[in-house]
Amino acid sequence: MALLEVRAIAKSFRGLKAVGGVSFAVAPGRIAALIGPNGAGKTTCFNMIAGALAPDAGEVRFAGARIDRLRPDQICAAGIGRTFQLVKPFAALSVLDNVIVGALNRTRRSAEARARALEVLEQLGLAGRRDQPAATLTLADRKRLEVARALATGPKLLLLDEVMAGLRPTEVDQLVAVFRRINGETGLTILLIEHVMRAVMALAREIHVLHHGELIASGAPEEIVRHPAVLACYLGAGPP
Amino acid sequence: MNRRAVQWLGALAALLIALPALAGSYLLSLATLILFFAYTGQAWNVMMGFAGQLSLGHALYVGVGAYAAAALFVHFGIGPWAGLWLALALCALLGAAIGFLAFRFGISGVYFALLTIAFAEFTRIGFEHFDWVGASGGLFLKVAQREHTDLVNLRGSPAMFYYVMLALTAAAFGFCAWLARSRAGYYWLAIRENEEAAQALGIHTFRYKMLAVLVSSAMTAPAGVFFAFYYNNLFPEQIFNISRSIEIILGPIIGGLGTLFGPILGAAVLTVLADGLTELVAAVGWEVPGVKQVFYGVVLLGVVMFLPQGIWPALARRLGIGASGGR
Amino acid sequence: MSLDLVANTVIGGALTGLVYGLMALGLSVIFGVVRVVNFAHGEMMTIAMYATVALFSALDLDPFVAVVPIAAAFFAAGYLLQAGLINPFITRPEHSQFMLLVALAIIIVNALLMAFGPDARTAQLDYLLDPIELGPLLIDRGKLAAAAVACVASAALFAFFRYTLTGTAIRACADNYLGAAVVGIRIRHLYALTFGLGAACVGVAGCMMVLLVDVTPALGPAYTLLAFVIVIVGGLGSLTGALLGGVLIGVSEALAGVLFVPSAKSMFSFALLVLVLLFRPQGLLGRRT
Repeated sequence: MALLEVRAIAKSFRGLKAVGGVSFAVAPGRIAALIGPNGAGKTTCFNMIAGALAPDAGEVRFAGARIDRLRPDQICAAGIGRTFQLVKPFAALSVLDNVIVGALNRTRRSAEARARALEVLEQLGLAGRRDQPAATLTLADRKRLEVARALATGPKLLLLDEVMAGLRPTEVDQLVAVFRRINGETGLTILLIEHVMRAVMALAREIHVLHHGELIASGAPEEIVRHPAVLACYLGAGPP
Repeated sequence: MNRRAVQWLGALAALLIALPALAGSYLLSLATLILFFAYTGQAWNVMMGFAGQLSLGHALYVGVGAYAAAALFVHFGIGPWAGLWLALALCALLGAAIGFLAFRFGISGVYFALLTIAFAEFTRIGFEHFDWVGASGGLFLKVAQREHTDLVNLRGSPAMFYYVMLALTAAAFGFCAWLARSRAGYYWLAIRENEEAAQALGIHTFRYKMLAVLVSSAMTAPAGVFFAFYYNNLFPEQIFNISRSIEIILGPIIGGLGTLFGPILGAAVLTVLADGLTELVAAVGWEVPGVKQVFYGVVLLGVVMFLPQGIWPALARRLGIGASGGR
Repeated sequence: MSLDLVANTVIGGALTGLVYGLMALGLSVIFGVVRVVNFAHGEMMTIAMYATVALFSALDLDPFVAVVPIAAAFFAAGYLLQAGLINPFITRPEHSQFMLLVALAIIIVNALLMAFGPDARTAQLDYLLDPIELGPLLIDRGKLAAAAVACVASAALFAFFRYTLTGTAIRACADNYLGAAVVGIRIRHLYALTFGLGAACVGVAGCMMVLLVDVTPALGPAYTLLAFVIVIVGGLGSLTGALLGGVLIGVSEALAGVLFVPSAKSMFSFALLVLVLLFRPQGLLGRRT
């Protein structure tokens, strides 16, 4: 059974159709990617899955249960963690405290949360900066912090919204390695929105392509890079 | 807390406990006043420093707490410890009402502040016409003899009142220190910093914001009860006045928002300086109403402009206690 | 409750409301454009009132004449205040800005208390003593004249924003700060200018208010609250809303004062504020953001 199932979800903003009848599924333990040109509706889909927006139509099912009418915090409690396209660190708090907030989702006790937070920081390579105020981090580290925080909530599904944007190639590779390792070790399911094709190709087993709010292709990476519709609207036909 | 912090805290505690034996009655009353503002400032700080909601109408809770306990005492002879429960209940209820209205309808920032002012003003005017508690003429408690200490009815010497206030302030301090380390404490900071991110991390922001408001308002109630039995007279115009609300927030703002020691330090600095100024002004013969308030305004202006984090963080660094002595 | 009494109350309330409206207009301009939460608004009004009274008693200066220099002085002071003191606070957290203005408000109210004492001051103009009789209606001359001046000042402000280049630039700033900066509009100067205009409104309103009420320092905080209530009820960002809100509050307060206990009349305004905040936060004429 799929872990995440999105059935015919749609969303319009004041008459402008952002997403129209999109359906796809993500199997447990998979890493899947949602790609497409800007304005295709990818983040709107994420927001509908994460509960930040209510779909106008359709359903979202997680582990078989409907989640599309739940609040964002309820969805997190159900096991979905997310990052934001424009990172939202708790600027005045330290890196460690930021992640502790996430870890408190799984336990009431601050000591346990702290221990878990430290573990996650190790995984993301941020342990050395744990007492630094989040406001002083570089962009790459802020992105990692955003991921660490979401991971600390103990999700079964992690939604990553353009987490590679603005990173240098080496930083991209590092982060890809982290996701690969976590997915391999814990079986964490990951759905990512990405423009950085390097990361998409390295991580995703399955790619879904959105264009003008519609799903135009779904499949393995090798198929997608040769798909005519995808090439036409997004990837480009290559040098003549 | 590091060792130096513990040492300083120990010294302070010793001084505070021994104070009635060392100080004259005037200094003792000053100290009691400082503790009163430290306590109310600490209570207000829970809402603002932790959850980021600016309340400019906190005098509402002091007033309601005071009137609740005083009315029970004057009309039914019920002592302050029992009256405290009514005070707590009423203040919590009011806090819940304000919180619910604000958060359910998405009121925040300046609009929230205005909402709190409106509630306080509305109550002030209401009480001025509330005959059962004396309306604008005021409510008076019988001033019993000060010689023997009657803790049950809160009648006694200034030293007794001092210790009661000291106990309250110490309890508030301990409570807030515990809160800061608890899950609620972390969640409040998260909500204050970025509410959307907080929700995505599983925080039910409405519930926690309500909690902050409830704790803050209920925590202020005992100060009101104390006020009633210490001063023995209550006037709506004075106790619900917006100047009282502003006095409550001066301590935490000047001392340091969101910190543990900020409210206490701010209250101390402000009260001592203000009193010094009053003495100075009297000596020079320039006794005009309003001088002390102008002074408060100038100090606030100075702090806001030059020391926006408040006095405590800078002082803590100097004393070697660490930049976030209590966060 | 005679119809005459109601009619007279409504008219009196509406006229007073127009002066309130001018004061609120100043806040709408300051809060709506420059985004400064002017917690010292009522206190500024009180300064204007005391200035008018002082000029009247010292120099026998008629308030209708004094209004011009007072408006000019307030414009200049507002400009300097914004450019010098308030501007750095735009990037600071919101509560810092509140506290700055709260501090100013405290200083102003108590400085006035020190200078003038707590007793009420007034400026009595003999030629305004007789009310105008219009059939069964009795219209206070002072109120009428004050309202007229308020209307003229408001109209001038409207015309400025509608028809001048600077006015348009200011409206652009209010709509889209970044966009305005990108097209080369000198934001700092315009912000200071706008604050100055808002302050000038307050100056005129205060000058006229002297004809309607007695001045005490305690009016400061009361008017600040009133100004915010009016701006929120009328709708932030709408100048017409501020005037309309002013008239609405003026009339309802006047009626409440007659129907219920007079000293409880401002309870009505607060109740209205709460209701508006809950159910129609954009106010009567404001835009829903």
